[in-house]
Order: sequence, then C-alpha cells, then structure tokens
Amino acid sequence: MGPLVVYEVITENTNLFLAFFIGIGFGFVLEQAGFSSSRKLAGMFYGYDTVVLKVFFTGAITAMLGLLFFSLFGWVDLSLIYVNETFVHSAILGGVVMGAGFIMGGFCPGTSFCGAAIGKIDAWVFIIGLFIGVFIFGEGYSLWEDVYKAGFLGSPRISEYFGISEGLTVLLVIIAAAFMFWGGEWAEKKFPREDY
Amino acid sequence: MEKKTVKPYMNPYLAGVLLGLVVLAANVISGRGLGASGAVKSAIVASVETIAPAHAEAKTFYNSYGEAHGSNPLNSWLVYQMLGVVVGGFLSGIISHRLTWKVEHSPKITSRRRLIFALAGGILFGLGSQFGRGCTSGSALSGMAVLSLGGFISMAAIFGTAFMLAYFFRKLWI
Repeated sequence: MGPLVVYEVITENTNLFLAFFIGIGFGFVLEQAGFSSSRKLAGMFYGYDTVVLKVFFTGAITAMLGLLFFSLFGWVDLSLIYVNETFVHSAILGGVVMGAGFIMGGFCPGTSFCGAAIGKIDAWVFIIGLFIGVFIFGEGYSLWEDVYKAGFLGSPRISEYFGISEGLTVLLVIIAAAFMFWGGEWAEKKFPREDY
Repeated sequence: MEKKTVKPYMNPYLAGVLLGLVVLAANVISGRGLGASGAVKSAIVASVETIAPAHAEAKTFYNSYGEAHGSNPLNSWLVYQMLGVVVGGFLSGIISHRLTWKVEHSPKITSRRRLIFALAGGILFGLGSQFGRGCTSGSALSGMAVLSLGGFISMAAIFGTAFMLAYFFRKLWI
C-alpha cells in the first residue's frame, strides 16, 4: 500500500535516498527527449518542434491514469498524496512571470539543470538567474506577501472544483491532449526547421 | 580517435510515458510529485542562513522555511532529487554522445546576446516559481498528475504567456 513512506514501509532516510534515483530517472528521460536543448524547447512556441507539448501531456496523462488505476486496485491511497495548494492570484501571477522567463531564457528550472549536465553554458547562466530570482523574492517577501497569500482555495482537485468524477476529468484531459497532439504534428509540418 | 555521432532523441510520446512513470513512482514511493525550483530555494535559504544568520533570522521568507523544513534546508527530498537529475542528464549525455561545452543560440544572434537573455529568463523564472509555489515540474506537471486545480492554472499561465510573448522574442529562436 502506498505511498510507501507514509505507510512506513520505507524510512524517511530511505525516502531521501530513493529521491536521488527518482531524480536520475527524471533527468535521464528529460535529456533523452531533447529537453537539454533550449532551441528545441522554444520550438514549441513557434511550431517548428512541439516535443514539449507531446512529452509534457503524455507524461501528465500517464501519471494521472497510473494514480487512478493504482487507487482502484488499492495500491495507493490518493488521500495521502500531496495535492498542491491553490492560491489563485499568485498562481496566475507566477505563471505569467514564468512564461516570460521561459520564452526569454529558453529553459525551465528542471530542464536547465539537465542542459547544464551535458555542458550547455546558456543553461548554467539560466541557473545563475534562477538563484538571483529566488533571492530577490526572499529579500522582497514583505512587499508581496499579501499577493502571495491572496485567493486561497485550499487544495482542490480540478474534478472537485467542477463537480465531476476523477475518471471523467482524466478522459477530458486525454481528449484535449489528442487534439493538441494532432495540432502539434500539423504545426511541425507547417513550420519546419532543420537547422537548429 | 573516431568521432562518435550524436544519437537521435527518443520518440517524444515514449519519453512522455517514461516521464509519467517517474512522476507515478515519486507519488507511490514518496507521496509527492517531482520538482526543481524547490531545490534552488533550499540552496538559497541555506546560503543566506550560513552567510548572514542574523539577516535570515529577521526575514520571514528564510525563517519560516526553517520552521517548516527542519534545521538543514539542504537535507530535503527535492535537493536529492535534483542531484539525481544532474546525474541522470549526464548519463544520458554520455550514452547519446551529447556531452559538449556549448552556448546554443539562433545563428541570427550572438552568444553574448543569448547569455544575457538566458540570465534574464532565469531571474524571471526563479521569481515566478516562488509566486507559483513551484515551476513547470513541481506545480504544472506534478500538480496536473494529481489533478490539482493550481497545477492546471500554472500550466495555462506559463504556456499561455510564453505563446503570447513568442512574437516579440522570435529573433532569439528563429
């Protein structure tokens, strides 16, 4: 029965040890998918390479379905799994600032560490920027604490929020993703680039 | 020495399934999703606590982190996971012959320009990840995996904004 650490199948120290191996899997898959290349990542926003869309949504759907079925089989207790808290205002503000950072910097935090691991100097510089950005947030925290804590909704699942079942929610995400994958494949033919 | 050719990238849908299995493993083993910016936060908190302890004690951002996470900010799940990411990326680079020092940029811009924008983008992403309580990995991907409303909002805001601004930064990429 999972989560293993909550049920004390594994100790807290083993949990931290396994985090390292989960990270290896994460970094390995990101690099194999091409997420160590900023021009490949940015291709998403110009249509010449939609690998971000395909990997991101296939990954999200796989994890959603996995958790749903593991829960049905009684292998994992979903009520014990961490669900991110929702603070509407700062989630939107943060997302907008991150989106601007994405199109300017060409990486997100996870992919920048992956790029740095294979020697991308632009990824190293992006990481320096990340540290500066987090430091600025920490130093100015009192200025934006009110915005940061506004619009708190608890930890709702999107299924609860709209009053539909989890299974139907995942099905709708899969249908939406199928359309987006189709759009992505179309865009790659419409805006091809070979020289990046 | 013979020159090794760079291997092609993995099929994106296969990579997506494998990525999803990693997210699933994190949830089943540790009851949580993946993340990246949280490890940067841990490192910043640890640095400020070491270099300027009185300052860290006085500022809410640093001292509240200590209260929630115990005495050593670096002894955290996300820090070990991010060390793994670097190792995993490096191993992948070795087997696919992609290890090389390089500034990757469009032929239309200089390396210097690319690095200036990489720094600016990093600063914005670092700042935004704190407002968003997680980045593309922690808030958007892992949040969506557990159907978190906040995860879907983060995903839409990050990708929506990047799409809207893409036109203005097109010279950096195409």
